[in-house]
Amino acid sequence: MAAIEAHELRRTYRTSIGVFRRRTLEVEAVRGVSFEVPEGELFGLLGPNGAGKTTTIKMLITLLIPTAGSARVLGFDVVKDAREVRKRIGYVFGGERGLYERLSGLDNLRYFAELYAVPPRNQRPRIEELLELVGLRGREKERVEGYSRGMRQRLHIARGLLHDPPVVFLDEPTIGVDPVGARELRSTIASLTQAGKTVLLTTHYMFEADELCDRIAVINKGEIVAEGTPRNLKEIVADRTVIEIEAFGIDDTAVERLRSAPGVTSVSVEEREQAQVLLVQSAKGLELTQTLLGLLNGATIGRVVAREPTLEDAYVALVGEA
Amino acid sequence: MKSARLLVIGWFFQLKMLSRSSFNGILGILYPLFFATVAFLMYRAGSPNALLYASLGASVMGVWSAVSTSAGSAMQRERWQGTLELLVSAPAHFSLVMLPVTVAMSTIGLYSMAATLLWGWLLFGIDLHVAHPLLFCVSIVVTVVSIGVTGFLMAVAFVRYRTAWALGNLFEYPVWLVAGFLVPISLFPGWVRPISWLLAPTWGMNAIRESALGGTPLPDVGLCAAIGVGCLVLGIAVTGTVLRSARARATLALT
Repeated sequence: MAAIEAHELRRTYRTSIGVFRRRTLEVEAVRGVSFEVPEGELFGLLGPNGAGKTTTIKMLITLLIPTAGSARVLGFDVVKDAREVRKRIGYVFGGERGLYERLSGLDNLRYFAELYAVPPRNQRPRIEELLELVGLRGREKERVEGYSRGMRQRLHIARGLLHDPPVVFLDEPTIGVDPVGARELRSTIASLTQAGKTVLLTTHYMFEADELCDRIAVINKGEIVAEGTPRNLKEIVADRTVIEIEAFGIDDTAVERLRSAPGVTSVSVEEREQAQVLLVQSAKGLELTQTLLGLLNGATIGRVVAREPTLEDAYVALVGEA
Repeated sequence: MKSARLLVIGWFFQLKMLSRSSFNGILGILYPLFFATVAFLMYRAGSPNALLYASLGASVMGVWSAVSTSAGSAMQRERWQGTLELLVSAPAHFSLVMLPVTVAMSTIGLYSMAATLLWGWLLFGIDLHVAHPLLFCVSIVVTVVSIGVTGFLMAVAFVRYRTAWALGNLFEYPVWLVAGFLVPISLFPGWVRPISWLLAPTWGMNAIRESALGGTPLPDVGLCAAIGVGCLVLGIAVTGTVLRSARARATLALT
């Protein structure tokens, strides 16, 4: 039996526009998502903003009722057996919300330990163990309103693990956390599967997914566009080369010129301070560097590097070409 | 046993959170002063018993105000903090989570009640002579808990709505009137009375006055408790339906 099973999950949101003539619009956030996560696996759900990652997680953790389709967690239906599902899952989301600011970190954990039905005699040792795990020992008596973002995020993880759930949902847990804090969080996440837990992780950070996940599903516009191990996904672009061009003052027309160049399969742009980094994917073996630089005539060019594709390139190819 | 523990611990943490707001603290000092002044000005020409009658009414106003305005905003607060989804996704029944929130609010109102009586005594010399002290205490406890439970019903019914705080405020002043806090219900048109009879604060108010002024408070205590239990049962019964609707309409995460 898989720990998490989603079959043709769909979710439509209704929204209205207009002041005097109100019209109801339907937005399909998730459009027939299916996947299975075996017990003990760390499964990544990757996708751009608005792709349907959080909606999918919220259906799995019983906060949203699917418009169609079904899902089970450890064999329990997320709609019919919501309470049984809730007993067995932990949910951690990124950002600064989700904690009682006026209470100390310790009080937050004590309160949620009650809500998650942790037996009274186990509460104190469990909280101490988790404070140690997330590195908040010594700061637990301070009010949460004085915590840094990283500390809040670590407290979130401790909260989500209070009742020792076999299945943990992590929705962008490292978002906005500084690199050192994010590295520590990743190490904590990695330790969860070592403890036998099943983890479903959503993230924007490809290196994070590459480092942590056993398998990954890429979701775009509410549909899963690829699924497999990080290595499988990288193979999607194994026949390609990536040329990274650091440039200054590139406009959309220049990017479009690159996109339409013969042999170019995709172009994405990353803003890095004042520079823009153009990531141009093309078929392996083609020598396009001079052609591309010619098309950027007039722009100031910095470093130019040709390299092997990474998981991020596979993701860009999947999401950008879908 | 587990449920009782959750209720008590939930109440304790909610009380801890509420007592840490300096803004609420200032209101807690100002409100009783305002209520005691209103009562004194309205009844200063009457007998000492009339002044005590009004002072007791003003003190229960504080409890009701604390609960009615906060029951709606409790949901809003949980939404803004991002904790509402966590409370809903916890295995504990949602009613066991929400009930301590509103009872904690009415407990804060208990302070307002005591302060109103104290202000009335200190500033306006309203005599605090109580005919049946034990029954007076019982009446106060039953009234405070029943008002807290009424707030629970309101809070649960408001889960789906983002602007629930406005609905909570809407109920504040009408109940001051129809529950007879300051003005006897007999002064209102006949059609108002059935509304008053359905409200736990009406009977709680009667019980407190009867026990303080020398009467028979027990029937009023019984009715107040019975309506409180009714609100509790109704609140628990609608919790599942309201939450299912909120999950279907995706309103839990909206702020």
